[in-house]
Amino acid sequence: MSAASLAAQLLNGLASASSLFVISAGLTLIFGVTRIVNFAHGSLYMIGAYVAYSAGTALGAYADSPLAFWWAALLAALAVGCIGALIERLLLRRLYSAPELLQLTATFGVVLIVRDATLALFGAEDRLGPRVEGLDGVVQWFGRAIPQYDVFLLIVGPVVLIALTLLMRRTRFGLLVRAASENRILASALGIDERKLFTTVFALGAFLAGLAGALTLPREPANLGMDLAVIADAFVVTVLGGLGSIPGAFVAAIVIGVTKALCIAAGNVSIGGATIAMPKITLVIEFIVMALVLLVRPSGLFGTPQAPPATTTVPLERALIARPTRRHALAAVALAVVAVLLPLAGDEYALVLSIDILIAALFTASLRLISGIGGITSFGHAAYFGIGAYASALAASHHYPFVAALVLAPAAASVAALGFGALCVRLSGIYLAMLTLAFAQIVWSIALQWDAVTGGSNGITGVWPPDALANRTRFYYFVLCTVTAGLVALAVTAFTPFGYALRGSRDSPLRAAASGIDVRARRIKALVLAGGFAGLAGGLYAYSKGGTAPDALAIPRSVDALVMMLLGGQTALFGPLLGAAAFTWLQDALARATEYWRAGVGVIILLIVSVFPFGIGGAASAWLPRLLRASR
Amino acid sequence: MSAPLLVVDALSKSFGGVHALRDVSFTVTPGETVAIIGPNGAGKTTCFNVIHGELAPDRGDVRFDGRTLLRKPPHAIAHRGVGRTFQVAATFASMTVRESVALALVARERHDRAAVASMLTTRSAAIDALLVRLRIDDLADAHCAALAYGDAKRLELAMALALTPRLLLMDEPTAGMTPRSRRDLMELATGLAERDNVAVLFTEHDMDIVFGFADRVLVLDRGALIAQGAPADIKADPRVKAVYLGLDEPVAHR
Repeated sequence: MSAASLAAQLLNGLASASSLFVISAGLTLIFGVTRIVNFAHGSLYMIGAYVAYSAGTALGAYADSPLAFWWAALLAALAVGCIGALIERLLLRRLYSAPELLQLTATFGVVLIVRDATLALFGAEDRLGPRVEGLDGVVQWFGRAIPQYDVFLLIVGPVVLIALTLLMRRTRFGLLVRAASENRILASALGIDERKLFTTVFALGAFLAGLAGALTLPREPANLGMDLAVIADAFVVTVLGGLGSIPGAFVAAIVIGVTKALCIAAGNVSIGGATIAMPKITLVIEFIVMALVLLVRPSGLFGTPQAPPATTTVPLERALIARPTRRHALAAVALAVVAVLLPLAGDEYALVLSIDILIAALFTASLRLISGIGGITSFGHAAYFGIGAYASALAASHHYPFVAALVLAPAAASVAALGFGALCVRLSGIYLAMLTLAFAQIVWSIALQWDAVTGGSNGITGVWPPDALANRTRFYYFVLCTVTAGLVALAVTAFTPFGYALRGSRDSPLRAAASGIDVRARRIKALVLAGGFAGLAGGLYAYSKGGTAPDALAIPRSVDALVMMLLGGQTALFGPLLGAAAFTWLQDALARATEYWRAGVGVIILLIVSVFPFGIGGAASAWLPRLLRASR
Repeated sequence: MSAPLLVVDALSKSFGGVHALRDVSFTVTPGETVAIIGPNGAGKTTCFNVIHGELAPDRGDVRFDGRTLLRKPPHAIAHRGVGRTFQVAATFASMTVRESVALALVARERHDRAAVASMLTTRSAAIDALLVRLRIDDLADAHCAALAYGDAKRLELAMALALTPRLLLMDEPTAGMTPRSRRDLMELATGLAERDNVAVLFTEHDMDIVFGFADRVLVLDRGALIAQGAPADIKADPRVKAVYLGLDEPVAHR
């Protein structure tokens, strides 16, 4: 690699870092004050790009002014700021006291709705923005032509940093924001109008996201994938910099930008005979950088450590985990009878859907062990599902016998979970949640990039069960038995000494340790167990679908698991099964009815968090006894 | 006098520029009830956190039964026989009282079949005995999150006793309780010290409790141990009076 190409890549990396900082500054500002991690921040960025595109095109056609782009960018940023304020007032306001799991999931609901709204308004094609008058030339840099616009972007980052710093240090608004970030309760005791402040801060954060989206337009076209692509980067930057720290986000954005540039400049590197295409693994690299920094500094570069609370305050309704009763046993028997008799109905499609539901239920139940019972918020549970799917599919394509290939799925996923747990279990709360997401993204990009082994974006096909199970009904019975065994094992686990110790560690880590419970060891064990059952679900999935592709471990699948868990209710005994059945059926029905099924799922998510925070299972266990009593 | 069970040897710990503990040394023998007093910020809780492994000291050593406790995680220290209650009662919010005690009982055991059975049913003689002993048997099926504060404190003590500790650390055990239940709780703890030869180390702001129940009193001020001795001597010590009159009135007669 030449010095010139390195210099050019560095400049390019810093230009990207600049816009990444503008997005992340908004994200970190919102977190600092409201303590909400806004999954929809990437969507706001995407809206900014699309609005700037439309406004720029319209203004350009109307006035042909050289300033058209700048007016469009400003307009886009303001519009997104307003949308942000609207989202805060209509949705987030209800969620400030909710557990972070609900908050993150709710903002993901917004992601889905925005995605489909954008699809409906702008269509699926990429939209390339207008030329920027006066900045469409190039400058010479180490003998290379660099777009003038990149140089402009390079300046934007520091300008925004200075502006935000002045805003925080020199204005009354900044003082209020800092006070609220430091101590929310104290701030409101001092008479700060919390609601107004939160709305303003959210609008400001959204404004920055919209601005960044608009400013990206001359470099890359507006497209429907940019929301999740940028949110992964923005999460890494905010977590690396320390949640809530604007200077931290700036430094982290530069670290990430430069690291990416170096990877691209490095080209293909051969290590021990294997050639690694460095430009392709930038995503992996940035997550590895984040993971390494968090291992040394658990609160990021500039973050302040937050002491864990002595006792987690759990809402009463959520807290009680119902011990199995005779009524549960009766319900289980009834369900089993229905499940066994189902093939007699002769509906092939019902069988396919039931297999999907069963697999989803096992996946959800495994997540519930670590999240619902262990209190470890996981945003990357799909990693274990996908690893299981790939392990089985790879083994099958190498002609391993069915049983061996299926056993390999939980084994591989457990090993991965053990590795992740050993490294990350000392983190907690939102930082751990971000690491689970990072881990899943790493596995996802490996599955996507490592063509030779994983088949790249096509995945692995031709994975079918042996002849003895080739018949759909037989395969259904096989899945039914396997999943039932898994569900029963996971349900019983909650009431073993291990399950109680895990819950105790979640409720009060201090008390648990003082009672002689090795909190970290229990958490690692929970991760390994949950990873194993998720892997088993993944293995069954690969055999039921005839193979697997990278979407088996993408972010949406992790979120699906969370939604199914929340939908079913985290404390209800049949929660995972109920949630999986309701969600899988709804998603299927929506997907057949409309192109915009994602928005439908988004609406379901918002309904769950605002109307049924304890899920349908929780609602059922609250209402059924009352109804029964009333009818007597 | 028997050999000391707990030896705290020249402990120092500072946070930034604040010296939370300065060269603090003392011992506790089996069967002895020792109180640590001092104004807020004197270093009482820091001292407990160092002994129990939640904090690493800058210098000094903590020995329990002749072996150091330094660099041991809290759960290992619990297994060695050190029970603890916290300043703000820490209970398991998602469990019932009975489940909590059952968990505390199996936590120290190996997870054998009997332990699994006892968690699945949460019924055993040991659980009932502890519930009765702490007088929370009528609350056995109550939800921990819904307990009155005094009951939560008693449950915490029950969980600490489930370890059959040889040393019991209690950080402000009676704060937030009614006078009557304060005395009940302390009688229970000191009774334990006498009956089972357990060493009890506690911090307390209520001087009636301190002088009524402690065999010996340690006085901390701004991280330094300024006096120790029998309650009567401490009461008369001019330095102790100065510390309390200067900063924080002892709540002797309310």
